Amino acid sequence: MRSDARLPLALTLAAAGGLMFLHLPILLIFLYAFTTDERTYQFPPPGYTLQWFGVTWNRADVWPPLWLSLKVAAVATTLALLLGSLAAAALSRASFFGREQISLLIILPIALPGIITGMSLRSAYAVMDIPFSTLTIVLGHATFCIVIVYNNAVARLRRLSGALAEASADLGANAFQTFRFVILPNMGSALLAGGMLAFALSFDEVIVTTFTAGQQSTLPIWMLNELVRPRQRPVTNVVAIVVFATTFVPILLAYHLTRGGDATAGAGK
Amino acid sequence: MTLAVEFENVSRHFGAVRAVDGVDMAIPEGAFFAMLGPSGSGKTTCLRLISGFETPTAGTIRIFGQDAGRVPPNRRNVNTVFQDYALFPHMTVQQNVEYGLMVKGIDRRTRARRAGEMLGLVQLDGFGPRRPGELSGGQRQRVALARALVNEPRVLLLDEPLGALDLKLREAMQDELKALQHRLGITFVFVTHDQGEALSMADRVAVFSAGRLVQVGSPAEVYDRPRTRFVADFVGSSNVLPPALAARLGGPAQWASLRPEAVRIVAPGAGRIDGRVVALRFLGAGTRVAVAVAGPAGAPPVVAFAPAGQPPPAEGSPVGLHWADAALHLMEGE
Repeated sequence: MRSDARLPLALTLAAAGGLMFLHLPILLIFLYAFTTDERTYQFPPPGYTLQWFGVTWNRADVWPPLWLSLKVAAVATTLALLLGSLAAAALSRASFFGREQISLLIILPIALPGIITGMSLRSAYAVMDIPFSTLTIVLGHATFCIVIVYNNAVARLRRLSGALAEASADLGANAFQTFRFVILPNMGSALLAGGMLAFALSFDEVIVTTFTAGQQSTLPIWMLNELVRPRQRPVTNVVAIVVFATTFVPILLAYHLTRGGDATAGAGK
Repeated sequence: MTLAVEFENVSRHFGAVRAVDGVDMAIPEGAFFAMLGPSGSGKTTCLRLISGFETPTAGTIRIFGQDAGRVPPNRRNVNTVFQDYALFPHMTVQQNVEYGLMVKGIDRRTRARRAGEMLGLVQLDGFGPRRPGELSGGQRQRVALARALVNEPRVLLLDEPLGALDLKLREAMQDELKALQHRLGITFVFVTHDQGEALSMADRVAVFSAGRLVQVGSPAEVYDRPRTRFVADFVGSSNVLPPALAARLGGPAQWASLRPEAVRIVAPGAGRIDGRVVALRFLGAGTRVAVAVAGPAGAPPVVAFAPAGQPPPAEGSPVGLHWADAALHLMEGE
């Protein structure tokens, strides 16, 4: 429903102001990546340069955190896709005693503050005598990545499993054909969207990571440390642009894939 | 006469809930068969028993003489138009209609041709490339019809087929479905809670209540001679007269029904019973006149239908009520 009525000017201004307050600071981050001033963030920048991209490229300490972040996000997302979709399939099909409670338990990690998840995982690792490694970060991230995938898959399955699967069977399709032509094309975009969101969340996660990383640093943690140093500050901004691009693009795609839910490509040949 | 579908003492219980309880029913081939009842009466479960999405707890279901109890839905020569159509949202209209042929491995050209013919049949030529999401409710309904009919089912099941449409469209679709059924000669079985829809479309009506089949008959039979109070009350808003009142009106002390349109308003003393008008409701084609009659305590007012053109009596005025002997229909049971 779109209303053609004109909005009052004050409301338009307030909305524009709110949006600008949210998004202008991001533009500032971009702007400072091109400044010639490396110690303080003064506005307006005294001059513009592209040198920081080269400097960043040549800084050896940027690369290990970047690889670690990518690795953690990739593994956590894979794990989440597998476990999240299986959990969704199980909980949307069967109905058994305690189903609602289990569903709540799966969703809980995303409702809990990250700091609680982080602290509890850290103490659990300590109790079980597990040394910090990539795996400990991955497990920490998987707790909330699973929820993202699970929520996406469950929402889609809820719409699917009933009527559409029945319609398919009614028209003569066997279980395999129903899965191949009806369930998968509809699940595919939900899983892709869930996976991308999970990847983006994992890639820039700080709090849980702080508690589960030990001495390792992921890219966001590296940035946090870098910000307090007064040396080559715009390098952080260049990295911020990279982080922004790596997380924003998947989120944008995920949004497009799940929008309306009707526009799912493929299938039916 | 060949029977399309037979139910022999069929029950479907869900735990303690008897959704369908000992139903015997025969649907002749080529019939336009309505299963009518309030929600929870078992009519939809009966439909799902025919389509194969439910299996009977007891009893036998035969489709064209063959025991269908254990045949899965995808192997039955029966197709369904689902209540909210259940069109595949990720496929075009053309792909939706072709689906049943595709999964049976029919070649692309035949598929395209037959789907095109079906879209023509439901007056949706040229809609093939669109997505279900871009269609109106009535158009989706037609796609669902085409998608089912392209498989050349011997029985077409329709689950509340018109429920999601607005009044005007519903009336148009009623005529269209009726014409379609007539043309194709396929057995149509449809479920509805709307008695007007059942009476106007079907040639056989089965009335369900609480999991049981209460009455089967032609629309006229079910309407004029309801077998029980439930049928009289549910099919049309008939006067249901308690035994004491029926006895006072000259019949035996049995539950009886009296159609409002069979009751004529006459001068006090000139009819079978006198009363006082307690309520008037204007219905367009006439006025519904509720008359409180002297009789046993708690007896409901008798409703008469005064056709347009005849001025209805004023509220509170004394009137007489008259009807033909045959109009008072006695019902079984308590």
